[in-house]
Amino acid sequence: MSARDEILARIRANRPAAVPCPDVPTFERDQGDLTVPFRMALETMGGIWATIEADDLAQWVRAAFPDARVILSAVPDVKGTRALPDPDDPIACADVDVGIVRARFGVAETGSVWLSEAELGVNALGYLSQHLIVLLDPTRIVPNLHHAFRDPAWQEARYGVLHTGPSATADIEGVLIHGAQGIRSLTVIPLAPRAEATGLGAAARSDPRPSPPSAESTDRPARNQGVRRRER
Amino acid sequence: MSHAEEASKPIRPETHERTGRKRDFHPPVPFTQDPVNHARAAAQFLAHREHATFADERLWDVRTRRDREMRTIPEWEELRSLASSIKEHTLTHLDQYLEEFEAAVARNGAHLHWARDAEEHNRIVAGILRDHGARMLVKSKSMLTEECRMAGFLGERGISVVETDLGERIQQLDDEPPSHIVMPAVHKMRDDVANVFARTLGTDPSDDDPKHLAAAQRRATRQLFLDADAGMTGGNFMVAETGAVVVCTNEGNADLSANVPKLHIASVGIEKMVPRVEHLGVFIRMLSRSGVGAPITQYTSHFRAPRAGAEMHIVLVDNGRSERLGMPDFWKALKCIRCAACLNTCPVYRRGGGLSYGATYAGPIGIVLNPSYDRHKYRNLPFACTLNGSCANVCPVKIDLHGLVYKWRQVLRHEGEMDAMKLALMRAAGVVLGNPTLYRVAIAAGGGAIAVLPRVALHAKLNAWARGREMPSAPWETFHEWYRRRHKRR
Repeated sequence: MSARDEILARIRANRPAAVPCPDVPTFERDQGDLTVPFRMALETMGGIWATIEADDLAQWVRAAFPDARVILSAVPDVKGTRALPDPDDPIACADVDVGIVRARFGVAETGSVWLSEAELGVNALGYLSQHLIVLLDPTRIVPNLHHAFRDPAWQEARYGVLHTGPSATADIEGVLIHGAQGIRSLTVIPLAPRAEATGLGAAARSDPRPSPPSAESTDRPARNQGVRRRER
Repeated sequence: MSHAEEASKPIRPETHERTGRKRDFHPPVPFTQDPVNHARAAAQFLAHREHATFADERLWDVRTRRDREMRTIPEWEELRSLASSIKEHTLTHLDQYLEEFEAAVARNGAHLHWARDAEEHNRIVAGILRDHGARMLVKSKSMLTEECRMAGFLGERGISVVETDLGERIQQLDDEPPSHIVMPAVHKMRDDVANVFARTLGTDPSDDDPKHLAAAQRRATRQLFLDADAGMTGGNFMVAETGAVVVCTNEGNADLSANVPKLHIASVGIEKMVPRVEHLGVFIRMLSRSGVGAPITQYTSHFRAPRAGAEMHIVLVDNGRSERLGMPDFWKALKCIRCAACLNTCPVYRRGGGLSYGATYAGPIGIVLNPSYDRHKYRNLPFACTLNGSCANVCPVKIDLHGLVYKWRQVLRHEGEMDAMKLALMRAAGVVLGNPTLYRVAIAAGGGAIAVLPRVALHAKLNAWARGREMPSAPWETFHEWYRRRHKRR
């Protein structure tokens, strides 16, 4: 019997009497303007909240990171110092000082922003960069994690992630350090997407929807069939 | 600010004199003892006064941070009940959810492997790495790979395994297992880390500034992420609906391990399943709040399908879990989400240190899990407990931890796995305490109840429990003597 069949058989022989699955409420609470609790939570988690005018973005980035030599932008709102690498070339992000992305949505409870391969362009941009700037449409903030995990975005993204503040560690005597292995700072800028941006040539990057599921099976047919190949 | 496993206040002042310890701090690690003598190892840890006091304060601080976070959520108790029910539902339908997960993984274009035990897990991982010609594996923290002793297995086959979580890396470089589920090096102080890094990373041994030490590890690890042939993560959850592995971390190392090398392997225990993504809300709201007193981890990552140009493999590991599912009462320990809240609150864990358990899993959950792997080796652990119940009260999935510890004592007694001395003492105490006449005679002979109990139950030479404890002074007469005296006077 294969390991799979043996494990499943043992579970069937041993599983205790069935327990029903409870319904999970979303625990609604009137919080008013969600940017207020979002900002508080973000700052608790070590993130930075910066309010600026849309036209000032490029200038703001320069002023905030005067020493930055390599800036990569995955958003049409501002240009980087060089083009974003292909999604399958993470190493090209090794020297990035500042990465700029736009979150699909934010979570007021924790100050988290949601990103996936569609927003990051190349996933490693969110981790190999020294600093990350995240644009967030203030109308796209959900109240809590129950709402966040009900978003269909999780079902579609190959890789979906909540970023909450910068990478951090306190493994030595509880002393908090930002910039553990990933980004040293995370700045969230509340900024609605520019109306004209969606119509630009950068459509592939600005389109927040990932490729439809049908694309996946044509993408990797050999691997789909090879799922059980190495089982023993 | 309040996140990661940060302390509320410095446990020691920023400016302090370096103790200049010449020798490294290495508390006993009784992994190879059979049976493990927890009491002796804990006593040896306690003998290091500075470390023992530090560990106790550090862990209790994390526990108080947990309380503070809990109070910000009015529906906390409801969340605990929901989490417990979702887990019980999933475990009682685990075969169905594993099949649903398997189908989703196939749709996603990822590879799924099944491992009956630790050895099979290690062979599968070595096989995947061999097929890809991989020589170096960067990995994030995973208790499961510790449980499987994977690093040693791969090392013998010429594959170098690099732990990338700071705490885990400290422990790896010091050739010591983790002493805590989420804070692997919590028992070490900054000068210990300075000594380890000076020896292994070539840092200045006189510089024990945690910021400099962390920066040194970041620098050293960075290049390894870029050079690695493969990356590995564990999994805090699996989602049957999407076929995804969910990883909760603070340092960014799991997302680097999975997003930089061309090959991502995730090893996950079969009990980590939840049915749907929406269920994650319940668990993620409590995981980090319970474990380290932070609202959430910095990264909550849902790995569903391989990224462009990369391969993703998931290894499902049983290693005793399906057997445990059939154990009355004990199956509920499979609900555990490894938050470590029970460790932080446990007075025995906080004082004796995590390594003294001689097992991958320490603290209350370790006491409950370990004997199901090996009754004889871990037969002493269920007695490293005061049955105070604090662990069960902080558990986010409502595992009756101290109740299960008590049940293990009964099981071990019935299976003849109780230490002979403990058994003799308990029998003697049971005879005296269970017979009123004998009890009064003993008291009269000994001059008070305390005088008789100590000899049986508290004798320091025989009973580990009595070591380090002072005897209360005995009242000058017993209740019965007092009552008779009063009665006669009338």
